[in-house]
Amino acid sequence: MENFFSRYKNPLALMAILFIQVVALATQVKRPESSTGAAASGGTRLIRVWTVTAISPFERALVSTGSFIRRNFYNYIDLHNVRKQNQQLQEQVAQLKLERVRLQTDADQARRLRALLGFTQHYVGQLLPAQVIGTSGAEMSHMIQVDKGSTSGIRVDMPVITPDGVVGKVKDVFPYVSMVLLISDRDSGAGVILENSRLQSVLRGSPRGELRLSDIMSDEDVAPGEAVVTSGGDGIFPKGLPVGTVSRVSPDHNNQPFLAVTVKPAADLSRLEEVLIVTKVSQDGSSKGTDAGAVRAADILSERLPSVPKPEDTKKSSAAKTSSASTHPAPTTASHSGAATPARPATAGEPKVAPNALKPGETNLKKTGVPAAATAGAFSSRASSRPLPSQPKAAAPAAERELGTGTTPAQGSAPAQKITNKPLVKKSTVPANQKPAASPVKKATPHATPGASPSAGAQPAQPGAAGGPPR
Amino acid sequence: MNYAAVSLTSREEIDVHRFSWPVSIGIPLLAIFLQVYLPLRLPFLAIFDLPLLVTIFFAVARRRPVPGMVTGALIGTVQDAWTSLPIGVNGIAKTLIGFLASSLGVKLDVDNPGSRFLMTFTFFMVHRVIYVVIVLGLVGGNEPFSWEHSLVAALANALLAVVLFAGLDKFKQRM
Repeated sequence: MENFFSRYKNPLALMAILFIQVVALATQVKRPESSTGAAASGGTRLIRVWTVTAISPFERALVSTGSFIRRNFYNYIDLHNVRKQNQQLQEQVAQLKLERVRLQTDADQARRLRALLGFTQHYVGQLLPAQVIGTSGAEMSHMIQVDKGSTSGIRVDMPVITPDGVVGKVKDVFPYVSMVLLISDRDSGAGVILENSRLQSVLRGSPRGELRLSDIMSDEDVAPGEAVVTSGGDGIFPKGLPVGTVSRVSPDHNNQPFLAVTVKPAADLSRLEEVLIVTKVSQDGSSKGTDAGAVRAADILSERLPSVPKPEDTKKSSAAKTSSASTHPAPTTASHSGAATPARPATAGEPKVAPNALKPGETNLKKTGVPAAATAGAFSSRASSRPLPSQPKAAAPAAERELGTGTTPAQGSAPAQKITNKPLVKKSTVPANQKPAASPVKKATPHATPGASPSAGAQPAQPGAAGGPPR
Repeated sequence: MNYAAVSLTSREEIDVHRFSWPVSIGIPLLAIFLQVYLPLRLPFLAIFDLPLLVTIFFAVARRRPVPGMVTGALIGTVQDAWTSLPIGVNGIAKTLIGFLASSLGVKLDVDNPGSRFLMTFTFFMVHRVIYVVIVLGLVGGNEPFSWEHSLVAALANALLAVVLFAGLDKFKQRM
C-alpha cells in the first residue's frame, strides 16, 4: 500500500487538488440564486476577503501616489493659464446661472406633470465619488475595484455611474474596497429603454465585453444611434440614466424572431478612473406622489380659473386666502406640508407660497376622494400649455377650493368656495394652444421670473425633458 | 543535487532549483498585483497572463510536480478572487498547467529561450482550452473561444515569457 502511494504520489496529489477545487466550484455554482451571489458563499468569501485585503492596500497606495503626482503636475501647468481661465469661467458661471433658472422652471414643470401622471419615479439622491484602483485582470471578467467599502456606506447592488453613463453595480463589499461588476460583464443585466422607440429590454454583457439588448422582435424599428437609457425596472439603476447608443442592429441568427442589438456604452468602461456610487435613491413613491399630485392638480386648476387677480383683486384674494387658511382643518397641515415641500421647492422662478396657501387645495382634493392621478389626467393636456412656474399663487387657493366645491357638498360652506366654477367650464372649452401665453398670469405675478421665458412656458409639456429622467 | 530518472540531457539542464520564501510568495503576489493594476491604465495589457507565466516558471524551475501544481492552484485561486467567476476556474486550470510544466521540466531542457518560447506558447493554449472547458462544462457559461485571439495572446505571452524568465532566473538557488 505504501508502495502504491509513493509510486503514484504525483497523480494522486493532482487528483486530490483537482477534487477539492471542483467541489469548491460546485458549491458556488450550485447556488446562483442566493441573495448575495456566489461570491459570498462561505469559504470562498473568505478567500476573496483575504486576497483583496492583502493586495488592495498596495493598489490604493500606488493609485493615490500617482494621482498626487499627476494632480500636482497639472496644477503647475494650470497656473499658467489660470487667470484667463478664471475670467472665462466667471462669464460661464453667469450664463449658467441664467440657464439654471430656466432649467429649474422646466424641471419643476416636469416634476409636477410626472406627479400628475402618477409615476413612481426614482432619482439619484446621493452620490459618493470613488477612485478605481484595479481591474479583474482577466479578459473574460469585467470588474473593477474602487477605494470605497462598507466603512464608507457602500452596500451590495448599489449602482455605479459616471457623468457619462452607467458603469455597473457593486458586487462585493469589503471594509475599504468594493468590487464593481461592469455592465459589460456576462453576469450583469440592466433594465433599459430605447429613448426614441420606447422599447423596453434587458441589457446584458458578454464575455467579450459587448453590450447587447435581448428580446427585441425583428419587426421593431431600432436604428443605430438611438440612445439607450435605464428604465428603472430592475430596481437597481434609477430611471433615465444614459447607458449608451445602439451601434449595430442585425437579425439574430441564433434566436431567429429577435434582433441582435449591440450597444456602445456611454461611459468608457475601459478607462475608468473615477466613478460615482449611488448611495441613495430618492423616490417619489406612491404616497408622496399622491400628495404631490394633489398639489399639482390644484395648481393647474388654479391656472385655469378666470379669477386671476386683477391688481385691485389681489388684496381681496390675499385676505380671503388668509381667512380660508385659518379656517381649514389642522390635520392636513401636518401631512401635506411636509410632503409637498421637498417635492417642489420654491425657486427663484416661482413665487414662494406660504404653506397655508397649498393646504386648502390639498385638503379639498383629499376629501373629495378623487385620486390625484385621475384629477391630473383630466387636466394634464391643458397643463402642458402653460408656464406653470410663473403662475400666481394667489389664485391657487381659489382653484383648490373650486375643485372641492364642485365635487363635495360638504365643502360648500368654505368661504372661498363661493367662487364659481362657471369660468372653469368656459376655460376648459378653449384649446390650450389658443390661449394667450399666460400673459395675465405674468402681469399679475409680483415676482415674475426673468428666467421663465415665454418660449419655455409655451412649449408643450415634456415630462423628463429636464430635471429628471427622460420619458 | 538531484538526478532525474529519465535523462537525455546534461547534468546542468536537470538541476533542480529552489527559491527563497520571499521570492516564492512575493513574485506571485506581484504578478497578480500587476495583472489587476496595469490594465487599469493600459487596457491592452489584459492580454498578458502574468500569473500563468509565473506558474510555468516556478514549475519548470523546481521540476517537482507536487510543488508545481500547488503553486498553480494557489496562484489560480488568488487570481479567481479578483474576477466575477466562481473561485476555482483559474485554480483548476493552473493546477494542471503546474503539473504539466513541472513534469515537462524533468524531461526537457527548458532553460534556453527557444524552448521557453515554445513551451509557454503551448501551455498558454492548453490553459485557454482548459479554462474554456471548465467554464462551459462546470460553470455553465457561454464562453466564446476565438482561435485568432488566443493565438495572438499566446504569441504575446510567449515573447514576454522569454524576457521575464531571464529576469526571474536571477532568483534561482541551486539545491
